[in-house]
Amino acid sequence: MAKLYFEDFQPGQTAEYGPRLVTREEIIAFAAQYDPQPMHLDEAAGQKSLLGGLGASGWHCCGILMRMICDSFMLNAASMGAGGVEEVKWLRPLRPGDCLRMRYTVLDVRASSSRPEMGIVRMRYEMTNARGECVMTMVTPALLRRRDAASALA
Amino acid sequence: MIRFFDDIRVGDRVELGTYLFTADDIKTFARQFDPQAFHVDEEEGLRSHFGGLVASGWHTASIWMRKLVDHRRREAEAIRSRGERMPQVGPSPGFRNLRWYKPVFAGDTVSYAVEVIEMRISQSRPDRGIVNMFGTGNNQHGVRVISFETATFVERRNPESQ
Repeated sequence: MAKLYFEDFQPGQTAEYGPRLVTREEIIAFAAQYDPQPMHLDEAAGQKSLLGGLGASGWHCCGILMRMICDSFMLNAASMGAGGVEEVKWLRPLRPGDCLRMRYTVLDVRASSSRPEMGIVRMRYEMTNARGECVMTMVTPALLRRRDAASALA
Repeated sequence: MIRFFDDIRVGDRVELGTYLFTADDIKTFARQFDPQAFHVDEEEGLRSHFGGLVASGWHTASIWMRKLVDHRRREAEAIRSRGERMPQVGPSPGFRNLRWYKPVFAGDTVSYAVEVIEMRISQSRPDRGIVNMFGTGNNQHGVRVISFETATFVERRNPESQ
């Protein structure tokens, strides 16, 4: 597959990736290391919380989505990282056994004014479970190398 | 910040402590969640525009959460030892305006903090308040590497009062 550059992304472009099964073991393992709140570690504690049952850490949801982004296209793209995230909404609990799909939509694209070798692709991501319910949304600007900059360096 | 909503004030700020990002730690996180070359391989990091192995921004953020939970656990222990009622804190509906200002390199130590910036009573759950917080991390040179605004549901002591 040809490497993806800034120029390969157009506003309105969408793609899907998945499914990705999330296990109880990985939810608890992430929580134990990075977010050891009882509702992310223990079914009974989750029941007593607003999650209404064991649910993954929101930061784990971000990690899972990032991995799906990597596997779907980012590892094949001329990525220059990201300067941040505009917004993440954790809309529903991510449960053990959930089978996730990721969908991205390109919102807009622009050349960087400060770095001519770079372009900014603003993306909206949605992560949904097998019932079609949206678990999480994210809007973030991805920084990608420009193809013309790459050929100028070659 | 394990406190009832009623006992929290805008401007409350807590230093959450520091975390050293080792190369092994950076690669272990990244292999699982963000295996871009500059997060998993020193040589690739050196060749990249970063000029070295750098932590995934999601790693930097996840450690902020761990430091916050560690702080809450210490507070919870104190509440238990006084025999007081424990407020329910969490979950969070999300975050916004997250900035990764500078890369976190292997060997960097990040100091984390949290500050209350806004509070309101939940419309959907009147027994809860929503506390908006500003999370930050600075490296060992005092340079900011991460900040974001997040929120959490916090139990109210007296939901009848306004």
